[in-house]
Amino acid sequence: MRPAVSALACALLVAGLAALPLFVGGYGQGVLVGLMNAVVLASAWALFSGPTKYVSLATVAFFGIGAYTVAVLTETMPFGAILAVAGAIGVAVALLVGLATLRLAGVYFVIFSFGLAELVRQIITWFETSVNRTLGRYIFIDLSATAIYWMLLALAVAVIGTRWLIERGRLGLAVHAIGDDEIVARHAGVDVTKVKLALFALSALAMTLAGAIQAPRWTYVEPSIVFNPNISFTALIMALLGGATRLWGPVFGAVPLFFFFEWLSVTMPGQFSIVLGLTFIVIVFLVPNGVLDLAEKGLRKTRGPNAGDARHV
Amino acid sequence: MFEARSISVRYGKHLALDDVSLEVGTSECVAILGANGAGKSSLLRGLTQAGLRERGGVIRHRGEDISATNDFDLVEKGIALVPEGRGVFAELTVDDNLSLGAHPKRARESASERRAEVLDLFPKLGQRLAQTVGTMSGGEQQMVAVARALMSRPTLLLLDEPSLGLAPIVVDEMFAALHKVRDSGVSILIVEQNVRASLALAARGYVLEAGRIVGRGSSAELVADPMVAKAFLGH
Repeated sequence: MRPAVSALACALLVAGLAALPLFVGGYGQGVLVGLMNAVVLASAWALFSGPTKYVSLATVAFFGIGAYTVAVLTETMPFGAILAVAGAIGVAVALLVGLATLRLAGVYFVIFSFGLAELVRQIITWFETSVNRTLGRYIFIDLSATAIYWMLLALAVAVIGTRWLIERGRLGLAVHAIGDDEIVARHAGVDVTKVKLALFALSALAMTLAGAIQAPRWTYVEPSIVFNPNISFTALIMALLGGATRLWGPVFGAVPLFFFFEWLSVTMPGQFSIVLGLTFIVIVFLVPNGVLDLAEKGLRKTRGPNAGDARHV
Repeated sequence: MFEARSISVRYGKHLALDDVSLEVGTSECVAILGANGAGKSSLLRGLTQAGLRERGGVIRHRGEDISATNDFDLVEKGIALVPEGRGVFAELTVDDNLSLGAHPKRARESASERRAEVLDLFPKLGQRLAQTVGTMSGGEQQMVAVARALMSRPTLLLLDEPSLGLAPIVVDEMFAALHKVRDSGVSILIVEQNVRASLALAARGYVLEAGRIVGRGSSAELVADPMVAKAFLGH
């Protein structure tokens, strides 16, 4: 596609998505919020983990930090200011944790990132029960589901737009090089640690904001709600299904899996985790590079080897 | 031009490289000979990773002390490393590999000229620009690795076993290209098991054994040295 056509298509898509909540009822608006949340979290996860191949299970650590910041600061300042504070805390935690852990090899990083989410949750639980003498907080911020959806949509555009900017610039190749061979990347002059840290912080910022934006929907929050590890797992699975190394991969994974998981939690809430695990296994075995990669290979077969290069889709 | 003094590398209690000093002149090619486990790879690591070196080591390049330079900044100083075992980005295309080679600031301006020179050196790559490097043969990948390193406009090329695992005919092709690189004025420090080919390329060599330099001399002297002949040339 020519750049102008692509830009127009994207603008139309965003306008269409923005208009959606005006045509559905309250339940539909709730679904849209959940869907956009899935798109944001999967895209944010892939922003860091796609090119660097560091599998992070810390999604919910940042998501929860965002939600909890809102719970603590509710009624003390305007919502916009709370979002800024939440984002700053998310980035600060990401930089601190990143500096300490991004030198770790892949497997250790996975375990650490999972531990991080638990650690943050336990610290908050301890603080609330021993200092505040109560677990759980009420959030009184009057925001409609539609307003929250629009904010999430803007966040999704920002995350995907950021990735697009990175990929088309000089940094894009460097970022992919890190996941390919770190030593060679260093000798090609890429400051590997700095690039990883920057991507981790950007990804964490989006996750934190996603949690903060949605906090008003819950009215009541406590650590077990906003630090639910399933949030980390589903973001990862969605990104993998679509293809984490591609710009639109996480979106293509998030949309179908969000509806699948919604259906699951309604029809068999007790078996949710089992099916989640099975879904993960099936995706890793059947579509290790994501459905977009699969579709591209299928297209190549039917149209011949030189049919449209869909690599950056 | 390039000068390393008292470089030692220690892994735990094991001293892999013991007080090694060497130099490479302008437009000179120098070979490091050594059997497996002699410390050849440790030597290149010691030369390129500041954090790995024991204290007291000094590295100078073109009159500048670069002992404290990070590995990702070495390339800006004109030192390009082709690490052991295909220093390529296997998931990217040949074209992207070359672009990444020109990632350092020093090479950005002249990237297109460099690309023409490099493709002139490895004409095969010119027909394969869109191919993913991981799908190429070992010899072709090694050519991409050297081409990638040359894209940064280096004054010194460090090569770690460029012929490792390649078929003899491909090794010949590889060394023919390296002769051209040498003749273009780039200094080369090559670590190789293929002693005959590397001494044909190099003007001088050092013999490394158990982490120490135990011999040195011109290539002619080394080829004639009975110890070298016995240890590396199989007669």
